[in-house]
Amino acid sequence: MNAPSRELPVTPLPITLEAPDSGLAWLWPLLKTLGQRLLPWLVPVLLIAGWQIASAQGWISTRVLPAPLDVITAAWKLTLSGDLWTHVKISAWRALTGLAIGGGIGLVLGLLTGSVRLFETLLDSSIQMVRNIPALALIPLVILWFGIDESAKLFLIAVSVFFPIYLNTFHGIRQVDPGLIEMGRSYGLSRWQLYTQVVLPGALSSILVGLRFSLGLMWVILIVAETISAQAGIGYLTMNAREFLQTDIVLVGILLYALLGKLADLFAKGLERYWLRWHPGYQKTV
Amino acid sequence: MTTPQSTPSSSTTSGDGRGVRLQLESVGKRYGRREVLRHTRLHIAPGEFVAIVGRSGCGKSTLLRLVAGLEQASEGRLLIDGQLVAGLGADTRIMFQDSRLLPWKRVIDNVALGLPESQRPAAAEVLAQVGLAERAGDWPARLSGGQRQRVALARALVHRPRLLLLDEPLGALDALTRIEMHELIEGLWRRHGFTALLVTHDVQEAVALADRVILIEDGAIALDERVSLPRPRSRGDAAFAALEKRILDRVLQHPDAEPAADPGWPGVPAHGLRWAV
Repeated sequence: MNAPSRELPVTPLPITLEAPDSGLAWLWPLLKTLGQRLLPWLVPVLLIAGWQIASAQGWISTRVLPAPLDVITAAWKLTLSGDLWTHVKISAWRALTGLAIGGGIGLVLGLLTGSVRLFETLLDSSIQMVRNIPALALIPLVILWFGIDESAKLFLIAVSVFFPIYLNTFHGIRQVDPGLIEMGRSYGLSRWQLYTQVVLPGALSSILVGLRFSLGLMWVILIVAETISAQAGIGYLTMNAREFLQTDIVLVGILLYALLGKLADLFAKGLERYWLRWHPGYQKTV
Repeated sequence: MTTPQSTPSSSTTSGDGRGVRLQLESVGKRYGRREVLRHTRLHIAPGEFVAIVGRSGCGKSTLLRLVAGLEQASEGRLLIDGQLVAGLGADTRIMFQDSRLLPWKRVIDNVALGLPESQRPAAAEVLAQVGLAERAGDWPARLSGGQRQRVALARALVHRPRLLLLDEPLGALDALTRIEMHELIEGLWRRHGFTALLVTHDVQEAVALADRVILIEDGAIALDERVSLPRPRSRGDAAFAALEKRILDRVLQHPDAEPAADPGWPGVPAHGLRWAV
């Protein structure tokens, strides 16, 4: 027979001794994080500095590309006169209203066709056919139908924004795990509860992807729509400045578009980070 | 025979200490031309713990899904407490092989799925019974596989089901976690007294937990063995090992297996014994 087992003494692992603190030891990690944060900005800053020097030396004609300082001055002047805010407000209103209309309809239709077979059979192929028509190719038709006032621009934006949201909502509803739906039904959830607690949250990540696509498209279509004819807005500002060869204001307009686009993307990312915080892909790794 | 009306799960007093009586009369299930279950006849008394074993594809999961009401039998009748099974039963709860927790709800909200607002405290209580009270506010993505299955078990039990169906719930877990889960499930079963139907490929698990072990082979019941070992069951026990080997041999159609009427000593042949020295 075997000898009675005995408990072996377990010695805990040795604690690694930390090096004694020298006076400025706390500085190094701070510098490292600072360096990591600042390094991505090094290249753009160098480029802008180079651009400023080149313009100041006259290597680049101001008509071709104004100096950064001129652009900033022009932007500042516009802000002071209140013009900048007016134009930004109108452009943003056009974009967001178009998004609300097109995105809203896209969401509703996507939910319908994704959830109810009948609607999918009725509507999906028609919608896919229309999708292949580029919205910008419709401009002559749009002008004929709506004239050149606000409704034309809203229509263009709404039509372009509709498709990414529709497609991604439809796909999102379709790819909800059927095992979860079966579980929900077997645990006594009503159809409404099943929809709001299982299907919609499951489709949410896809819907948010559609939203990000739409936000990107929205600005592009806005730029084009504002060239049709406008009395106000960033596009008007830019086109007007081009007429008078005010390239610095043209650049202000371009930078404004870029800034607004970045803001919209940040907003969508923020939404994602909040609504999808349960997702393992969005959680901080320990 | 008076048939009690099966009570809705929202009234808490209905399920305490009572299980359902389950009757399968000549139940068959066909998928197109493929017959998965044939003329299955099974009677399960209230409060019994029955394990169904068999090779993959033998029809054991199909049987469970028929009892759950997730699928319709092609022929025969399924009766729970004398009532025909029509769709999902209010007193029946299933535990799936994958935990099927909603990833966008916190653990406590998953356990409370389908519960009316007034019974939310019960969810915290059941979560404590499975030993995960401190993880109530976490997202399911942060839990290990074993912890997720424990949450799924809590979710199944919070409705005080009178029939608990377990579809290979421990198949994806490691061996140590599995043993802990056995003790947990057995403890909760003894406490609440529901009827339990466990589908498993692990014969040892079946012998450890069940009152009866049923083998399904080619869509029909080939073995119905009563396990009369005292609880709690110890795996190293000679009688346990003998019974397990006998059932396993039968599952694998081992040519040396001798069908003994009684699993006791010394009715088991010498090569059927496990010696622990």
